[in-house]
Amino acid sequence: MQVEKPARYIGNEVNAVMKEKDMVDIRFAMCFPDVYEIGMSHLGIQIIYDMLNQFEDVWCERVYSPWVDLDKIMRKENIPLFALESQEPIRDFDFLGITLQYEMCYTNILQILDLSCIPLLAKDRSDTHPIVIGGGPCSYNPEPICDFFDLFYIGEGETRYRELLNLYKESKAGGAGRKEFLRKAALIPGIYVPSLYKVTYKADGTIEKRIPLEPAIPQTIKKELVKDVTDTYYPDKPVVPFIKVTQDRVVLEIQRGCIRGCRFCQAGQLYRPVRERSLEMLQDYALKMLKNTGHEEISLSSLSSSDYTQLAPLLDFLIENCRERKINISLPSLRIDAFSLDVMNKVQDVKKSSLTFAPEAGSQRLRNVINKGLTEEVILNGARLAFEGGWSRVKLYFMLGLPLESEEDIRGIAELCNKIAAVYYETVPKEKRTGRVQIVASTSFFIPKPFTPFQWAPQCTKEEFLEKAYLTRTFISGQLNQKSIKYNWHEADASVLEGIMARGDRRLNQVILKAYEKGCMYDAWSEYYKNDIWMQTFEECGIDIGFYTTRERYEEEIFPWDFIDCGVTKQFLLKEWHKAKEEQTTPNCQMQCNGCGAARFNTGICVNKVF
Amino acid sequence: MKVRVKFSKYGPVKFIGHLDVMRYFQKAIRRAEIDIAYSEGFSPHQIMSFASPLSVGHTSEGEYFDMNLNTFTSKADLLQRLQAVMVEGIDIIDVQLLKEGEGNAMASVKAASYLITFRDEISLPKDWQDKLNTFYRQPFISVVKKTKKGEKEINLKDSIYELEIRKDSSIYMLLDASSGGNIKPGFVLDCFFETLKFKLPEFAFTVHRVETYKNIGTEEERKLVPLIWEK
Repeated sequence: MQVEKPARYIGNEVNAVMKEKDMVDIRFAMCFPDVYEIGMSHLGIQIIYDMLNQFEDVWCERVYSPWVDLDKIMRKENIPLFALESQEPIRDFDFLGITLQYEMCYTNILQILDLSCIPLLAKDRSDTHPIVIGGGPCSYNPEPICDFFDLFYIGEGETRYRELLNLYKESKAGGAGRKEFLRKAALIPGIYVPSLYKVTYKADGTIEKRIPLEPAIPQTIKKELVKDVTDTYYPDKPVVPFIKVTQDRVVLEIQRGCIRGCRFCQAGQLYRPVRERSLEMLQDYALKMLKNTGHEEISLSSLSSSDYTQLAPLLDFLIENCRERKINISLPSLRIDAFSLDVMNKVQDVKKSSLTFAPEAGSQRLRNVINKGLTEEVILNGARLAFEGGWSRVKLYFMLGLPLESEEDIRGIAELCNKIAAVYYETVPKEKRTGRVQIVASTSFFIPKPFTPFQWAPQCTKEEFLEKAYLTRTFISGQLNQKSIKYNWHEADASVLEGIMARGDRRLNQVILKAYEKGCMYDAWSEYYKNDIWMQTFEECGIDIGFYTTRERYEEEIFPWDFIDCGVTKQFLLKEWHKAKEEQTTPNCQMQCNGCGAARFNTGICVNKVF
Repeated sequence: MKVRVKFSKYGPVKFIGHLDVMRYFQKAIRRAEIDIAYSEGFSPHQIMSFASPLSVGHTSEGEYFDMNLNTFTSKADLLQRLQAVMVEGIDIIDVQLLKEGEGNAMASVKAASYLITFRDEISLPKDWQDKLNTFYRQPFISVVKKTKKGEKEINLKDSIYELEIRKDSSIYMLLDASSGGNIKPGFVLDCFFETLKFKLPEFAFTVHRVETYKNIGTEEERKLVPLIWEK
C-alpha cells in the first residue's frame, strides 16, 4: 500500500449521509484539521453534521487532514483535497467549516486550504471559492489566524447556521458577491468577519484600538449559546468509523458548562452558564444511539460530570440497560467519593481500573489561588475508601508553572503522592496487598488562556518549566514511598508555542504562514513538531515571543480577544485575578451567584437556582 | 446453534483490513439486534469465527464467518436483517444454519479461488501467457516461502490446484488456503515473473476472491466445495 490506513479516506461509513448533489442548494464541508482518528472522535462535528444534514437544502460532508504520507502524494500528483462522502473536491463547495480545538492545529488549517487549492489568505479568494468559517474554542481568540478565515462563528453551532445559510442563498440568488455576503453576515449575532476591522497598536506593542471599517459593523461579538439544551439538535445516528478511532463509542453529552470556576480553565468560563440536558432526553438518546451505531460502549461527556444533578438516576438507567446487551459504560472522571466508587464497582473491573484525582496544584495555598475546591482531606478520604474497596492504582494530575507558584507548592506535589501511598499501607493489611500501590503523577505546564482570570498572568519560560519538572522529580525521589510513585511530565517546547498562539494577536498570521511554508504541519504531534523552525521564523518576522508569553499584562490592557463577549465580564475576571493573588477562593455557582455576567443569557443555573 | 454467513466485499470498502471488517460485523450484529451468544467472563465478546482474512485492497464474493446464536428465527429473516444494516460494498449473499458437529469457518478453510486482472496500462512480456502455462505444467516448482519461522523451500505446484488464463487475459487460480499452507495469488505471480526476470511494477493487478472452499473428500483425494454447500 502506498498510504497507511487507506480506510481513513474512503467515507461510506455506517450513518454517513449521502445526498443527491443536484437536489441541494448548499454543499458544506466540515473539517477537523487533524488526522481522521482524532477528528472522528469529536462530538461537536457530529452534532453540526447531523444538524446541517437535517436541512433538506444542505449536504454537509466531512474532511480531515490527510496524513503526511497521503499529503505528499497529493502534492506530487496535484490531487485536490476531497470530502469523504462524495469524494469531490472541497474547492467546489459553498462552505468549508473548520473546527479549532487546539492552537497546535493552526498549520494544519493551511494544509487543508492548500491541498484544497483555496488561497490561504481570505483576501485573495474570489466568488468561486468556498466561504471559510472557523469555530470552536480557539475562535474565542481568532486573531492569530484571522487572515485565513472569511468569518468566525463565535459560540455554540446549533443556533445561527440556518440564518447564515439563508443569507447565503439570498445573496447568491441576488447575484451578490463574496464581499457583500460577508458584510451582511457580519450583522448576524455571533458572526465575526475579521476583514471588516482594523487594529492599531501602541508604541509598547499592545493594542490601541479596534476599528470597524464600516458604520453598521458591530464593535463586539456576543457568543451564541443554546438556551434549551434538551429541546435541540443531537445526533441519534452518529457516523460509525470502520477503523478504530480515539473515541470508539457512543458519546452522551449530559450538560454544557461548569459550575466550578477554576481560574486556569478556559472551558469553565466560555461555556457558562451550566445547562443540563433532561434525564428523559439522555435515556432516549442513549438507547437510540446504541441501536443505530452498534457500539459496544457508551460514555458520558461534560465538564465536571459529578455536578450533573441527575447523574445517579442516569447511571442506574444505563447500568440496567447495558448489562443484558453486554455494553460497557465508560465513566467520565468523577469526584472520588462513596457514590462514584459504588458506581465504578458496578460498571467496571476493579482490578484493572485506576482512580483519577486532579488536584492540579500540590498545596492547599496554591489550590486556593487557582480556586480548585479539592482539599487534601477529600483526596485522602477518597483514596482510603478506594483502597478499602480493592483499588490499588491512583493517577494524579497537576500543573506546573501556575501563577504565584513557589518551591513549597512543588514539594507539595511529592508530599501528596507520598501521603496517598502511606494511606494505602495503613489501610490495606499486608496479606491483602498485591504488591505495591501504584501512584502515577503527571504534570502539564500551565498556559494562561483568554477569558480566564489568569489571562493577565505571565507564562513561564521553557527553562523555568523544565526546572520545575526536575524539581518535582527530585522531591518525589526524596519521599519515603518514592518506589510506589511514577512521575511523567510533558515536553516544554510545544507549551511555549501554544502559549504564544493562545494569547496572540493579528501579527502572528504571517508567522504561521511562513512556518507552514517552511514545512511545519501536525505541530500537535511531537514527532512532527519542528521547534527550531518555529523559533527561527519568529525571529525572521521580528516577533518577540516574550511579549506574548512571559510578559505580565497590565490591568487596563486591551486584549486581542476583548471584542468578543463570552458572557463573563472582564471586570469579573479581573476581580478573580485579584482574589487569586490574595489566595481567596470563590464559591461555585451551585452555592451562590458570583455575578460573573453569564446570567445575561437568562438560562441554565442562573435561572433555575433561586438563592 | 451455529450459523454461517457468506458475504461479498467490493468498491472502496476493499481498503478496510480484516480486523476492521470483524469489528464492523460485531457492530452490525448489534444494529440488526441478532440474538448472538457471548463468551463468559469479565469482558464478554460475541462468539464468531471468520473464515480466511482477505488482504487489504482485494475484493471478494466469497467471504464467510460463523456466529453462535441463542435463537434462530429463519434463514430469510436473518439474511434480511443483516443486509438491512450493511454499508455499500458489503452484501450478505447467503446464510446457513450449520449441522451439529460442523467445524468452524476458520478451521474448515482448505482452498480459495481468485481472479487476477492486470491493469490496462501494464505492459507484460509478449509471450507471458505461454510461459505461464509452461510454468504451471512443471511437476515441481521449487520456491522459497517466507513464514513466521523463517524461510523454507516448498514445491509451489502442491499448492496450486488449478490455474487457467481466461479469454480476457485474466488469470483464474485455485490455491491452498489452509492454515498451514496458505498461498497468496500475488506470490504465485511473483514466482512466475521472477523466472522471466521480469519485475512486475507495483499495483500491476487487482485480485478478486471468487470462493472459499472446504474439503469434504480425504487428504489424498480432495473434494472441494464452497463453505456453504448443500448436496
